This record gives sequence, C-alpha cells and structure tokens, in this order.
Amino acid sequence: MASSSTPKYISNSLENSSSKRTLKDGTNWEQNEEIPRLPGETRVTDKDVIYMCPFNGPVKGRVYITNYRLYLRSVENDPVVILNVPLGVISRIEKMGGASSRGENSYGLDITCKDMRNLRFALKQEGHSRRDIFEVLTKYAFPQSHNMLFFAFVNEEKFPENGWMVYNPMSEYRRQGLPNERWRVTFINEHYGLCDTYPSLLVVPYNATDEDLKKVAAFRSRNRIPVLSWIHPETQAVIMRCSQPLVGMSGKRNKDDERYLDVIREANGQISKLTIYDARPNVNAVANKATGGGYEGEDAYPNAELFFLDIHNIHVMRESLKKLKDIVYPNVEESHWLSSLESTHWLEHIKLVLTGAIQVADKVSSGRSSVLVHCSDGWDRTAQLTSLAMLMLDSYYRTIEGFEVLVQKEWIGFGHKFASRIGHGDKNHADADRSPIFLQFIDCVWQMSKQFPTAFEFNEQFLITILDHLYSCRFGTFLYNSELLREKEKVTEKTLSLWSLINSEKSKYTNPFYSKELNRALYPVASMRHLELWVNYYIRWNPRIRQQQPNPVEQRYMELLALRDDYIRRLEELQITNNSKISNSSASSTSPSQMVSQVQTHF
Amino acid sequence: MWYQEVSLPCEGPGTGTGGPGKTRVSHPRAGGGSGQPGERCPCPRQGWVPMGFRVLHSQNHPRFYDSTEVIKEQARSGRSLQLRANEIHIKEPIEKEVNPRLLPGELLLCEASTVYKYMQEDGSNRGTYGKLVCTNFKISFLDDDSASDDNEPQFKNKIVGENDITLQCVDQIYGVYDEKKKLLTGQLRKYPEKLIIYCKDLRVFNFCLRYTKEEEVKRIVSGIVHHSQTPKLLKRLFLFSYASAAPNNTDGRNQTVMFETLEDWRDELERTKGNVKYKAVTTNEGYRVSEKLPLYFVVPLCISEESILKYEGRGIPIWCWSCHNGAALLKMSAFPKEQDDSTSQMQKAFLDGIYKTISKPPYELLKLDDLSSSLPSLQDIQTAYTRFKQLFLIDNSTDFWATDVKWFSLLESTNWLEIIRRVLKKAIEVAECLEIQHTNVLLIEETATDLCCVISSLVQVMMDSYSRTKSGFQSLIQKEWVIGGHGFLDRCNHLHKSEKEEAPVFLLLLNCVWQLVQQYPPAFEFTETYLTVLSDSLYVPIFSTFFFNSQHQRDTNKSGESLKTQSGPFRFLTVWDWAVQFDPKAQAFLNNPLYAEKPKPDKSQRKTARFKHQRQLSLPLTQAKPSTKRGFFREETDHLIKNILGKRIGKFINSSDEPPNSLREFYDSWHSKPVDYHGLLLPRIDGPEIKVWAQRYLRWIPEAQLHGGGTIATAAKILDLMEEVQSLQVKMDEEHSQAVSGAVHSVPMRRNSARLSSLFPFALLQRQSVKPALPTSTWKDLEDEDDLVKRDDEFVDLSGDML
Repeated sequence: MASSSTPKYISNSLENSSSKRTLKDGTNWEQNEEIPRLPGETRVTDKDVIYMCPFNGPVKGRVYITNYRLYLRSVENDPVVILNVPLGVISRIEKMGGASSRGENSYGLDITCKDMRNLRFALKQEGHSRRDIFEVLTKYAFPQSHNMLFFAFVNEEKFPENGWMVYNPMSEYRRQGLPNERWRVTFINEHYGLCDTYPSLLVVPYNATDEDLKKVAAFRSRNRIPVLSWIHPETQAVIMRCSQPLVGMSGKRNKDDERYLDVIREANGQISKLTIYDARPNVNAVANKATGGGYEGEDAYPNAELFFLDIHNIHVMRESLKKLKDIVYPNVEESHWLSSLESTHWLEHIKLVLTGAIQVADKVSSGRSSVLVHCSDGWDRTAQLTSLAMLMLDSYYRTIEGFEVLVQKEWIGFGHKFASRIGHGDKNHADADRSPIFLQFIDCVWQMSKQFPTAFEFNEQFLITILDHLYSCRFGTFLYNSELLREKEKVTEKTLSLWSLINSEKSKYTNPFYSKELNRALYPVASMRHLELWVNYYIRWNPRIRQQQPNPVEQRYMELLALRDDYIRRLEELQITNNSKISNSSASSTSPSQMVSQVQTHF
Repeated sequence: MWYQEVSLPCEGPGTGTGGPGKTRVSHPRAGGGSGQPGERCPCPRQGWVPMGFRVLHSQNHPRFYDSTEVIKEQARSGRSLQLRANEIHIKEPIEKEVNPRLLPGELLLCEASTVYKYMQEDGSNRGTYGKLVCTNFKISFLDDDSASDDNEPQFKNKIVGENDITLQCVDQIYGVYDEKKKLLTGQLRKYPEKLIIYCKDLRVFNFCLRYTKEEEVKRIVSGIVHHSQTPKLLKRLFLFSYASAAPNNTDGRNQTVMFETLEDWRDELERTKGNVKYKAVTTNEGYRVSEKLPLYFVVPLCISEESILKYEGRGIPIWCWSCHNGAALLKMSAFPKEQDDSTSQMQKAFLDGIYKTISKPPYELLKLDDLSSSLPSLQDIQTAYTRFKQLFLIDNSTDFWATDVKWFSLLESTNWLEIIRRVLKKAIEVAECLEIQHTNVLLIEETATDLCCVISSLVQVMMDSYSRTKSGFQSLIQKEWVIGGHGFLDRCNHLHKSEKEEAPVFLLLLNCVWQLVQQYPPAFEFTETYLTVLSDSLYVPIFSTFFFNSQHQRDTNKSGESLKTQSGPFRFLTVWDWAVQFDPKAQAFLNNPLYAEKPKPDKSQRKTARFKHQRQLSLPLTQAKPSTKRGFFREETDHLIKNILGKRIGKFINSSDEPPNSLREFYDSWHSKPVDYHGLLLPRIDGPEIKVWAQRYLRWIPEAQLHGGGTIATAAKILDLMEEVQSLQVKMDEEHSQAVSGAVHSVPMRRNSARLSSLFPFALLQRQSVKPALPTSTWKDLEDEDDLVKRDDEFVDLSGDML
C-alpha cells in the first residue's frame, strides 16, 4: 500500500483527494505547486517552523497558510511528514514562551483544535516571525471575529452533484405520506413570523388552526411549538418535537396548549395517552420552573404520560469530551485504561442518549401512542432523540441520501445552533454555548452501525467526513444557527453543500456489506458491554493506535464481489456461445441474470 | 424420534375447550392481560400445561385452557385457526421417549419429572416443563418441546445439546431456599426449591423443583451434586466408559501432527530448519527420564543423554521452535528451591555447564526468562478469571443492567484483561529477541508446562504462519500442551481433587489468540467460533485431548488392564476430529472465509518466500549486529569465556512498565508498516485494543443480543458470497465441459444476516423478542460536576415571555 514516498501522516485524507478532483477539473490550479489548493483558496503566508510532533518528536518543516488551511511539509524527514488542517478546526491559538525563554523549541505557538488534537510549532525568536504568523492565523481562523467571510463563501469548487437539492421538506413529508386527512402542512412560519428558529414549512394536526398554533406558541419556550417529525407508516403514531412549556414557578396553564396536545394524541386514532419524553433529568426540569420553564404537569395534561430521560445538559457533555481528550491525546492512558474511560462518562452519556431514543422508537412502533419529545429549547437533546429514533424506525434514513435528509431536517432545519455549539470562525474558545452535541449524535450513529454492520448504506468514512466538515467551514451546510439566518446570508446560493462533495463520490462512502431492508426497526443495545470508544475518530491522530486502512475484511469482501461479477459476466458469455452452438432449449436452468437479481449490487 | 404421533379428538377452535398441541408453558395471566412482572411462581394447574406430562401423570384431570392464550399464541405464531384445528395431532410422549439420548457407555443415574426450566430471556417466569436427568456423562433437561422441527439449527453440537451440561462443564450449583441462594457442594440436609447451575461455558440454568415429587428432588439434587462436584477417580471419567463402549472410533485427525512419534518431532525440526543444531531424543522411552516429559522431545545436539537423565530432565533446555533466522525458542523446567546448600551448589554448577555448552557457537546468544517472576502467578490468573467470569454469569435482567453502569471499572478490577495484555507483551518481547536480536530464548518455569506453554504457543502463532492454519494450530496445541505435558486434568480440576491446582491457563492462551484473530482477521484459517468451540471442548470427556496431565498418564491408563471390559487398549477420540461434534455444515463456521491462503511454495519458490518474509521483518535498527558479535566471540580464548558469559546470557529486564527502547522501536516500527498476513504478526496492546471476547462471554445473555447485528452479520454475508462464487465456479466448469447444462442449479441457501442474532451460532433457541432491551439501572451521580449538572443549557429567563 503505502510506498516509502507517500507521506507518513496525511492529517485529512479527504482534503487530499478533493484537491485531486480539482486537478482533474483543471480549475484554478497552478501546476508544480507543492501544496494542495482548492479553487478560490489563496496563499497568505509561509514560514519555516519546527513542528513538535507529539508522537515522533520535533520535525523541521515549512508551514503554508492560506485562507482555508494550514499546511505543513517536513523538509528533512523521510517519509515526508505532512499536516493538512483546515483553519476552521482551530479553536484556540496560544503563544508559548516569551522573548526571554530559553530551552530548545520553547518559543512558538500552541494551537488547540476542535477535532481532538493540539498542534505545536516552535519558531525562531528573532524577527517578528511569531507575531506575523499568529496574526495571520487568528485572522483567517476566526473570520467572524474579524468581519470577514467564511471560506465557504469564496470556495469556487465545482461538483457534478448539487447537495442543496438533496433535501426538500415537501418531498420528505410526501415520502412519509403527508399531508393526509389528519395532518396538514402549514405555511404559517413562511417568513419565520411564528418561530424564528423553526423551518418555514411545518406539519401540524389537521384539526389545529393557524390561530391555535399562534396561541400555543405563546406558551412554548422560544415559540417552538409541537410539530411533527415523523409518522409511522402503519400505526400512524407520530414523533413530535417542541420546547418546554412556560409553566414557571406559579404553575401556569394554557388551555390552547392543553387542547393542542390532546388533538395530537387523538390524531393517530388511538385513545391511549400521549407520551411525553422530557430529555432532561427530573431535577433540571423542575429547576427550569424558576426561569419560567418547566414541564407538562399531570393536572394540566391528564391525558399525557411524562417520562424524564435523564440526559444531561450541554455543559456536562462539553466537560466529558474534554476529559476524554485528556486520556487519549497525545498519549493513550496506559494504566487503568478502562477506569479512566469510565471516569470521562462519555460512553455513559452515549448510553443514555441511545436509551432515550430506543424508548421513543419503541413507543411509536408499539403503535399505541404518539410521542412528544422536548428538552429545554428543543434543539439539542431533542434533535438527538428524534433523529436517532427515526434512524431506528425508518430504514430510509440509513441510506446515504436518507441520512443527509435526516441531518438536514432534524438538525439544520429545526435550528440546532451549529454556529454557537461549534463556534464557527469565532475566537471565543471558552464560550459556554459550545458543546459537542452533534458529535455525540454522530457517535451514537457510529455505535449503531458498529452493532449492525449490514444495516447502513454509509461507512465510517462518511461519518468522519461529516465531522471534519462540521468544523472546516469549506461548505455552507453547517453554518449559522437557523434557517432564517441562512436565508439571510443566502447560504444556498453563495456556498456549496457538503452533500455535493459526498454524493459526487458516493462509492467512497458506501458500506459494501449493506443489505437493504425495508421497515425493520433497528434497536441497538444500549449496554456498556457493546458500546465502544470510537477509536478511529477520537484516537485517529495517534499512529500507534491507528487501525488498518483499508479494513481488510471489507477489502476481501470487495475482492469477492469483483470475482463474482467477473464470473457472472464470463458465464453469460459462455452460455451465449454454448447456446448458439447447440440449439437446445435449456431454458430451465437458472440464468445468471436471475442469480444477479438475488444479490444486492453495491455499485 | 422420541415421539409418537397420536391423534386426539378435539373440538373446533374458539370454543375454549380445544387445545393446540403445544407444550410451551406460559405464565398464567389474569384475563389475558399482559404478564404481571410481580408473579413469582409458575403454576402448572393453570394456563398451559405440558401435554406429555398431563397425559402421563394426571390423565383424569380436567384440561384448563385459557382461550385468550390460545388466540394469543396463534397470533404470535401467525398461523391460522383453521390450520390449528387440522394440526391437532398431539405429540404424545410414550414410554420410550422419556429416556434421554444416550451415548455409548452412558448410563442414566437419576431423574426427576415435572421440573420447570425458566427461560432466562425476559425476567418473567416463562419456561418449560420437562424432565431433569443425570447420567455418568451429563445433566440433561428433556423438554417436550425439544423436538421442535421448524427451526433446524445450522449449527448444532452432536454430542452436547442445548440443554445438556456435561458433568465437567458444571462450575457451581446453587440451591434456592426461601429466595436465598446457597452454594451446594456435598451432603445436603434440606432440598432446595430451585436449582441454579452455572456452567464453565458460562451458561446459567434455572430449574424450579416445586412441582417435582420430593423423592425425585432428593435423588436428582444429590445425584447432580455428587456426580459433578465431588472428587472422582480418573477411571470414573466418562472418557473410559465411552472408549470401551463406542464401536469403531474413527481416527480423523485432519493432518494434525500428534507428536506421539519420533518421526513427528523430526519432521517438525526439518520444517523449521532446526535440525542443524537440535535433535530429537529417545532417552525417555519407557519414561525412564521422567513421567512428566513426553516420550520424545528435542534438545540441543550438544546435550548428552547423561545430563538429561541426571535430574529427571530438569535443567535441560527443551526445544520448542526455531525461527527462520536460526534462533530458537527453548523451555526448561527449573530446579525447585533447595534447602540443602550442597545440592543447590551442584545444581548451579550443572546449570552453568549447560548454559556454557549451549551458549557456545554455533548456538546463538542466550536469553533467559524466568516466567514465574516475569508474569503473573497461576494463582493470580485463577483469581482474575474467577472474578472475570462472574461478570458474565448473570441471573436476570436486573442483574445485567445493574452491573452495566460500572461495567468498565468492574472489568478492570478483575485484572483479566491486564493479564492478557501482559502475556501478549511478553510474547512480543520474546519475538523481538528471536527476530531482531537473533538470540535464543530460554523460558524457565517450575515445571515448564504452564506459562511456558502459553508464551511459546503465542510466539509461534505470531511468528509462524503455519500455526495460524487450522492443522498448524492443532499441531501446536498437541506439541506444546497435550504432549508437552500441560496438566489439563489438574488445571481444569476435572476430577475435583484440588482447587489449589485449578488455573485457566489454556483458556488464557485462547483468549490471547482471540485478540490476534480479531485484530488480524485475514491471517487465520480458523474463526473465533473455532476458538469458542475449542474452549467448550475442554469439558467434553469423550475426547482424551484435555483429560490427562501428561502423555505418560494417558499411555498408562490407555491399556485398560484394570477394567474388566473388552480386551485391548482403549481407543480414545481426539478433539481434532471435528466431525464427532459437528456435521459438515456446522463445521463451515469454524473456517474463516477471509483467510488468504498462503500460495503453496514448491521447492524453488521456497527461498524467495523466505526472503520476502525476512525483508518484511528486518528493521533498520538491528541489521548486522548479531554477526559482528559472533565473529568477535569466535576469537575469544577459553579463559575469557567466563567473563563473556555474563554478556552472552542475558536476563530479561523485568520492569514491565518501562520496556527497553529496542522493544518499543520494534513494536512501533512493525506497526507503521503494512501487515503481511503470512509474516510476523504483533498484537496491539494499548488499552483500547484489548477487548472482551464477546462471543464466548456474552453468547448466552439475552440482553446482550443484537437482532440482525454483531460480527456474525458481516461474516454471514461473506460466507454467502463465498458460496455463491464457488457455485458459479462449478457452473463455469460445467459450461466449459460443455455437457449441455440442463441441470438446474439452486442458488445457495442464504443466511439472512438480518434475521441472525449476534449470539449466532450459539443460543439458538433464544426467542426473538420484539421488545428492545432497555436499561433499568439508574444513572449514577456525576459527583464532581454538581454545578454543571444543575445548570440549564443556556441561561435565559423565560418568565419575561409570559407577560
């Protein structure tokens, strides 16, 4: 595989291949250029540095900074060491050492990344080399803090597929069989007048008027009223999402909200209670009353059953990931690995999120009752729960395009605050709004794909690519907090979609073991016995831990597939020649084409 | 086959009086509502009762049927009512069927009827009635349903059925008295209401004896406890009854080298090119050296017969294997600590002499490794495993989820995975010495039959791709363990003689090999299922393989003189004859479809293959070192030898935390290169890489079951594709041969991976429950993060909105 001339570390293989693409396209590519460059990417500066590789020690090299990436190429090492880091992943840039510092390589920059690594560069003390590079990096890594555009807005890449066409809310609802006699599409939020963090198109009970919706909005935090996310094709039970009710200390009630929930309950034709899953721990829900929030009380909602799912808040998750980084980067905790892992609680949180989603999915598929999911605002834990439950229930979302639709709908459309949670282009690294909620969701998906290796059309690389571009700012997909803001910034007109990149090279993201199965509910086992740390993501920078790429099992399977296709082709040829030789009707034999149809084709 | 079809008159369905010929008992329920979790005991007088039992014992009793149950069952099974009515040919047990299926030589010792076996799956009291029997081979539950025909399993053990527990497989037996569990060991005064049997293959059986006649309870409980838990004579092992009764035992050894003959050893020497410096000796013929040593073994050429005989083989380096570069792996049984000074002086002098001879050229430098000080003791291993296995012997769902919360720290506290890690690390150290430092490695242990076997086997699996084939691995187990004299009988405590001797040393090896198998799937001809069934075979006493302490013990007991059975020596079966346990279809699961077979080298290719191998392994840091040293040594004069010896006989530095740099470099450098599946294989030993052997340890736990998931899902797809490719190949050949192909080829049967469970191919009759498993345990506190926990995601006062 890797010959000696290939770089030892390619920090982001995706970047590499996409630059090959552009080379093929021939746009804006300077021949003989050593560093990869995307169309629209411009060179800003370069410097000689020493890269303090935590695994291999100091590496002499030259660092190139563009308006999109930091690229380092070693000058002496064989094989060449390469770093290829989109500036978007940078969370924090610190100067280390002062003018008077002594000791080798103690003067330079320490860069904290959002993707579980730190980069350290040692610089010469003479001149203003550090100041220059620090300023350039700060400017281009945090464009929002410097009144500059995200790279996504200057990116001039071209792709054969247009990812913005992947999700059309109307066709997704139609796919679900909506609208129908019980559920209608409303345009009440067309100009985001009802709720500025919701999408423009909403599905609500047929028996609720737009006037009703407005009244309900007054009683839901940030006007995020209960709306439909998914309907079960057989039982007609639905998954609804919303924010907490504004109950407050005094225990306020709202007749319209109460009636609205009853309308939802009745809409699936069953008479059982509506199940409400409050994603928060009980105590937190109670505490929210102090600030005007709360939960649906028994008195006000006698026809609803309320369960708390005990999922913790964004701050707990952030701290948990921080602890995880401590034990895996740069070195993997050697002694007491298991108890160290446990003490981060990361997998425990994953377990709770999955458990909650299983409960939601199970309730809906059991068919008796519809489900309402909320947390405080309904854009973090709620998005995790609804999207994971939908992934368990609807096999469409387990395809590449279906998953893109799911992310587009439940996360981007319903206002998961990507800009705040990730801090795109924002220098305020300590912002309490930042939290790895979406990463946690992708981790849950990975856990499911690990438990069911044949149930997902996409592979691990797909998930890692999504996470890489969650930070990279190369695509408009994850920019901004809401549909309203994205429309204002004309994101779909001025930027490219991540799905353009992925869908243009689908085979790279396809799981060869996928077998299409319709309508099978997929329940992962949310037990620590099965949950694993996602080593290929969290510890991918460590060359000692890295898994064999490509996966040998997958590779062998692909070889067999190719062999089979070759046999079938040759057999067909043989049969044609044989049949022409002998005018014998051997029609009864299974023809190769019949055999092919028995097998999933993966290409 | 144990049933006779009997037609019973029956009224039509829906009347509430007719009943289906079903024997499964579900718990009585009130008015057809869902099962009440609070209900404790099953009652045969209500709900469904087993047909066979009722007809046999209570013919005059009226039949109780809950009609809603019938309908429910129909809904569950999806059969129409009409079909049901026609189907009422009740499987009626007749006298013959109450007997278990017995193997040749197997005798029924005691039995009890109306025993209720709980199905573990959902914490309810669902289960089946049947008969519990104990023979001189197994404990067996005969469930009237066991002949269920619609689900012929693809993977079935022909000797030990799903409800069979061989006497050697019983780990512990508990009795339940008034809801309290008590360990049952010897004489019993009181007889329990419930019997829980924990098995060494980690199955857990729960039997309720409340509906069994007191007499029968007494007989069966004391019978089971006596036959499975109390000390036994070797000759009372079922092995002997079976061997004397079983006719014409086949001798299918599948090319496994048994190492029972001198030839086998010579061939092995030749195969590894060890014959230049080592020789197979016949000194132990008639076991005149030692009863612990095999009849034939291999020593350095320079070792005299006299020295072998001197201390019963102690202090003699015994050859295990030679590396492609000539360096050899040796093992030696150490001298016990002597009180007497002069004796120990003599022994020391003897050892020095031996070391001197085998450190001289042509022999390589020698490294000694005293495993008793550089690895955990057998006691540590036993303690760790005892704790570890406890984590998987789960009584019920509540138990499962309660332990789930602290799972990782529980695992860690057993220390089992850490022991695996240390053993793997030791094997890497040894491999480095052989491969890079070009030194001989001499493993030392008191008897050289425990950890020596583990390390030498592991090193060979890592370094010799032949040991990663099925026959190669089996030959290795024969060489190092069976003939090598590992005390299986004592270590497994098969005879319940002494718990002090018990230690899962062989299981430790299988666990380590499993780590390699899951890290490098294409490198092994066998699958993890192979390792799992091999571990199960440790407790099946029809094979002699794991039921003797030494070749000597086997040979002396083989003669059969002491028994008054037929003449002639016993013919024991070997476990390597897999056809005894599995039919060909099931054996397919033992073979790895991903295994990339090594192209068979003929004589001319051999050299290049070896060269390639070497190039793959050679690392820049170590080239040329050994040769210069050797050259230097040759010029030494005798009086210098003594000084040099210090250098030539190195000891391992045993500070296990801080490995020597060269080892680190060896490990890192190997891992930075692409893997050659036929070359050297080094396990990854960082924390996240050492895993729990899920198939072996989780296979009987319903909560851990993934419907349509697990590694079996991909494995089944690969198997399907393999079969398809093979059938296409056949078809092509036929087309080629131009025999007008009118024959219809059936597409090979597909294993629908979505319908398999991750527990496949084990735990076959676990019913597919539709309900997902939900944790019942509660979230433990995030003690140190109280302030964070209490916060809301984003602090916004919403009360203002209300105005």
